[in-house]
Formats: sequence, structure tokens, C-alpha cells
Amino acid sequence: MSQAVHAEWTKLRTAPGAGWLILAFIPLTAALSATAAAAVTCSSPGCGLDPARVSLTGIDLGQAVVVVLAVLAMGGEYSTGMIRITLTAMPCRIKVLAAKAAVITGVVLAAGSIAVLLSVLAGQFILPGQGFTAAHGYAPLSLADGPVMRAAAGSVLYLALIALLSLGAAAAVRDSATTIGVVLSLLYVFPVIAQVVTDPVWREHLQQFAPMTAGLAIQATIGLQSLPISPWAGLGVLAAWAMAALMVGGLLLWLRDA
Amino acid sequence: MTVGTTPYHSTLRTGRAGFAQLLLAEWTKFRTVRGWAVGTVAAALVMVLVGLVTEALSHNNGCLGPPGQACPAVPSGPDGELVDDQFYFAHQPLQGDGSITVRLTSLTGLDTYPADHPNEIVPRVMPWAKAGVIIKETTRQGSHYTAVMVTGNHGVRMQYDYIHDTAGSPVGLSAASPRWLRLTRSGNTLTGYESADGAHWTRIGAANLAGLPATVQVGLFVASPSDCQVSPGVAGGFTCRLTQATGTFDDVSLEGSAPGGVWSHDVVGGHGNQAVDLGGFGFKESGGTFIIAGTGDIAPVVMNGGGRRIEDTLRGTFAALIVVIVVASMFMTAEYRRGLIRTTLAASPRRGRVLAAKAIVIASVTFVAGLAAAAVAVPVGELLLRANGWYIFPLTSLTEVRVMVGTAALLAVVAVLALAVGTMFRRSAEAVTALIGMIVVPYVLAFASPLPVGVSEWLLRITPAAGFAIQQSVPRYTQVSAALLTTMNDFYPLEPWAGFAVLCAYTVLALGLATILLRRRDA
Repeated sequence: MSQAVHAEWTKLRTAPGAGWLILAFIPLTAALSATAAAAVTCSSPGCGLDPARVSLTGIDLGQAVVVVLAVLAMGGEYSTGMIRITLTAMPCRIKVLAAKAAVITGVVLAAGSIAVLLSVLAGQFILPGQGFTAAHGYAPLSLADGPVMRAAAGSVLYLALIALLSLGAAAAVRDSATTIGVVLSLLYVFPVIAQVVTDPVWREHLQQFAPMTAGLAIQATIGLQSLPISPWAGLGVLAAWAMAALMVGGLLLWLRDA
Repeated sequence: MTVGTTPYHSTLRTGRAGFAQLLLAEWTKFRTVRGWAVGTVAAALVMVLVGLVTEALSHNNGCLGPPGQACPAVPSGPDGELVDDQFYFAHQPLQGDGSITVRLTSLTGLDTYPADHPNEIVPRVMPWAKAGVIIKETTRQGSHYTAVMVTGNHGVRMQYDYIHDTAGSPVGLSAASPRWLRLTRSGNTLTGYESADGAHWTRIGAANLAGLPATVQVGLFVASPSDCQVSPGVAGGFTCRLTQATGTFDDVSLEGSAPGGVWSHDVVGGHGNQAVDLGGFGFKESGGTFIIAGTGDIAPVVMNGGGRRIEDTLRGTFAALIVVIVVASMFMTAEYRRGLIRTTLAASPRRGRVLAAKAIVIASVTFVAGLAAAAVAVPVGELLLRANGWYIFPLTSLTEVRVMVGTAALLAVVAVLALAVGTMFRRSAEAVTALIGMIVVPYVLAFASPLPVGVSEWLLRITPAAGFAIQQSVPRYTQVSAALLTTMNDFYPLEPWAGFAVLCAYTVLALGLATILLRRRDA
């Protein structure tokens, strides 16, 4: 297995796109988070804004880069025909998928941690100037605070689960562009639908079921009672999506000719 | 024995290589790749289905009373649009032609528990608080009217029939500088004037109200729209506060066949939300000075709890867009992946023409699919929404056509943009990523993220996602509080054609760049 992981790591390290994607992911995420923090204002107590959610807004965008990175790790092999060499060298196909999953998870966890740390730091510096002060009922944003730590660590896990979901989908679909379209539709279409559905019960069901809205519940630090789904349960929904995608992808990889 | 000579040229007729053949070739490519045809049909289906699902899951709980009972009617104006028509009206009948002239000396206001002072009633004049003279068909809501007024923050205005608004001088009102207003009727033509001294008059504008009866109501009015603010942190949330304005009039003179003397006073539109007594509400007259306090507004409605707009049935466009992006960019990148591009360019060496042919084919196919989807989604969606208790904002058939054809055009232009970006990157994954980052992500961030309205609006001005504005069916009336015309209320910051032009500009730029790269680079 360690050889398989090593091989996958070498592929990812030397693929031309991957390095750039990771390099783009960190500043994009941090920049959008900082922009969101600089753009919001809290003018009175009880303005209802969640400082952790605001300072982690960059994840909304950064996840798209993670999707592309994870999809290319699998889809790239199909577009170049490399998959045939890979499977000749490592005939146990599930092992190949597992090794890819391990490498991608590791890389996303590392890059995600940096991006999330930068985002939280930006929030720490910017938000007090935007009215998130003790006078308005906000403690300074700090990772020592339990819920904030959960939001930050949970966001890193969220990114890793998004990567696994994308990898599984890529193994099933095999074409990079189509997979990116499918996964990003799955992520982005549901929040927009949930925004316009007015039946409260159905809106809540949609938000509980959709991978992005459920998974991002992990970023909430205020108003936990009014969330459609509790933070860890939400991340669990995303994990179920990722598991399902990996299982379908693994099954198809195992059954089909490459 | 004769020696045959091999002809230098083939005896077969040379195949023609015109643009029509190129188009046919590209159409054949599109037609014969099953994934692309399936993808295009899928885009149309997704567009219809997403719309239907959101409509099926949206009941108007606000006024779904006993089965079969409709929502309380919102008054509609002479052009069929929904209107607000609520104000304090001191009036007399006017027979035939005539005019009213007044001097307005003050306009003050009260705002109840606004966001910055949540626990008190503060003196504050709303920007669109109105006080002035009005000639109105009857006191019925939604009837014809023309009014000349001083507003809280938008100077002197002449407005008629709810949606028409002409600016007069932009000055405010103070004790030192009162304002004279005059409104005259001559047949169906009503003309508004203003003056700083009561002697020198400036014409603001004229309105022609066809079908105005011989007897109309002429008088003084005051209205003050609610103070609506976007509430931060709450998705789609507004808080609206009751406000009141008080106008002081003197030097009132009526000319014409008005009997004179007796003023009736009414709250047009009933008391509505007049549960709060702010003191001084109503009408006082002493020695020729009239003090009138009123609330409400005379303006088109842009937000209504029981109303839906036609573009709400086209929510699926956003999902269809993702499919179109994938298909259209692959229409080019697949040529590179399979090496077909070398055959294509050998057969048709003028590369710009190849790109043009591809653009025409993908744009036409997408346009047809988009139009078919819109033609299903809009009428079926309207039926579903009505069945679920919603009121559909009325619109002209021209606007309806613009929204439907515009949606198809939006998809077609995005397809061409995707083709151009696909040509630039030559690889589908990168192209799709770039396109989704350009169009889809800004749209999601603008409508479903914690970003504040200001940032959302900039995203919808400067990214290709601005093109979605073509779906906007309710105009951005200048005389409606700007807080209501934001992304929170599904208003795009640009006018429909301006937003579409932004998308087209990106597409032209990308197409130009793609042509240069395609000609310069080895295939």
C-alpha cells in the first residue's frame, strides 16, 4: 500500500496542474474570506451575523478548486491513457483508488489548514473594525473558543470530504470536464434552490440533504438552534455523500474495462 | 497498344469548401457525438425540472386560507401593474378644467424604531416621503392620477399613473425657501409647475391621461413609504418600519369650476397599518394653513409577499448553464483531445472560419434548446405558482418575450463564451473550471452566501454573471426605495440589456483572443 501511495504522490507532485491549483486555492480562499470580513458591518447588538461563518466565506469558492484538483487526479489518467499503465502496475483497483484518496486527503488537509488559518486570521484582524465588538455582543474571534475551533477544523474536514466526493465521482464518470460539471452542480444548485423554496419544511429538508448546505453547517457558531441541521450531523451528511461517491466510483472502477 | 495517360487532375468534380459546408461539417460533429446531444437535451430538462421542483415546493402560506379563496387583492394601476396607493388626501371635486396652486412650507417626518434607534421613534423624513398637489380620477385605489410634489430627498417631482416620474428642481424644502406647486387640468392633459417665489413658474412636465372623467378629485396629499432596510445575516430578510410625514401648506388656491370651501379628507386605501398612532395623523386647517400628516406611498410595487415574478419560473437556467458550459467547451476541447483538430484544420485551413462555424452551430443548438425549455417552464411554472396561491406580477407580452428569448440568448452566448475559452485552454477541465469561476461562482456568491449586498451587486456588474439581468421583468423604478431594489429582493444592479451587454463583451473579447491563439499556435 505504501508503494501505491508513494506512486500516487509522485503523480500528483509532478502533474503540471496540481501545484498551480494548490497555489491558487490558498490565496483565493483567504482573499474571499478577507473581502467578506471587510464588507460586512454589524451596526447594532443582535445583528444576527455569524463572525466565524463570515470569516470562512472563502471556502465557498475554495471548494471549487479542491473539486478540480481531486477530479483531475483521477480524470487526468483517463484523458491521457495513463490509467492503463497504472492498473497494469497495480492490478488491485480498489487499492489504486484508496491510495489516490489518501494522497488527495492529505494534500487537501494540509492546504486547507493553511487557507482556513489565514481566513480566521483575516477575520481576527478585520472583524472588530466592522462592529463585531464586545459592545455588540461578540467575543473576539479566536481558535481557543470551542465553537470557532470547531468551525475552523470542520471547514478543513469539509474540504477533504469534498475532495473525496469529487474523486469518487471522477472514478465513476471518467471524464474530467463532465465530472467537474456534475460535482459543482451538486454543490451549487441546491443552495440556490433552497433560497427560493418557500415551504419551510421542504426548504429545511433540502438544506439537510444537499452536500454544501449541510456540510457548511459546521461553520455556524451562533443560532445553532435555528440551523436546519446540527453542525456535526451536517458534516456527517457530506461524509455520507463522499462515501457513496467513493463506493460507486470504486465499484465501477472494479467492474469496467479501463 | 495504346499507352494510357494518368490525368494530372482527378476527373471527379472538386468538392466545394464554402462556409455552408463548414457549418454542415460542424453540425455533423455535434450531432454524432451522443454525449453532446444528450447534454443539450439534459440542459433543457434540468432547466424545466429545477423550476418545477422549486414551484411545487413553494406554497404561499401567507394567504392560503380556505381552499379556493384567493389572496387579498393588491390594487393594480391603469397599466395592469401592481401599485401601492395609500396616502392622506384632502380633496374637493373639480368639474372640467381647472388648477390648484399651493405653497409648501415644511415637510417633516417620523420613523418608528429604525435599525439605528431600535427603541425609539425618531424625527426623520424618508427620501421618498411626498407632499404636494394631486388630481386623481377617484379616491379608489389604482385610479389615474397626476401629482406634483416635494420629496424628502429627491427634490421636486411630477409623477403620474404610478410608474411615470419626472424630476423637477433638486432642491429641498426649508423655512427660508418654501416651494410653490401648481397642477392644471386642460382636457386630458395635466401640466405640473413649480416656483421658488410664486411669481416665476417653471414647467416640470405634462401627462396625458386618456379617459379621465369630467369630474375628478383635486387636492393636497401626503404619503411616507415604510423605512425598509436589508437585515444583515438573515437570508432574504427585510425589516420595514412604519413612517409618517407631515406637510404644511398655505396659499391654497383653486381655479375652475370647483365649488370651493368644503374639503373632504380621506385615507386613500383605508387605514392599513395605521394601528400605531404617531400623533398629529390626519388633517388640520386654521387660517388658510393646512397641516396634513400621512403614511403610505403612491408607487409601483416591486416586492409583495403574495407575488412572484415570471423569472421565478426560470430558476433552472442557472443549473442548465453548468451543463451548457461543459458541452460547449468540450465541443472544442474534444478536437484537441482526439487529435481531430488536425484533420479539421487540414480540411479548412482558414482557422477563423472554423471557429466561426463552431460558434454558430453551438449557439444555434443551445438557443433552440433554451427557448424550448423556457417555452415549457414559463407557462407551466405560472400555472403551478397560481395553483399554489401565488399572484404573478403582471407584465407586458413584450417583456415576457424578452425574458424567454433573453434566457435562450443568455445560454447561447454563454455557449459561445465556453467555446472560446475551450479554444484558449485546449483542455476541458481547465476551461470548465475557468468558466464556472467566471459565471457560476459569482452568481452563487451573490445570491446564496453571507456576502453583503454591496459586494453581491459588484459581482453582478463586473462578471459575466451580469447577463442574468436579461431575466429581470420588473423594472428598477427610480421612485422606489433603493433598499428594495437589491439582490436580497432578486433585483440585478444593471438594467436587463446592460447586464446582457456585459456578458456579450466578455464573449466578444474571449472569441477575439481565441481566434488569435488558434491562428498563431500549432494545432
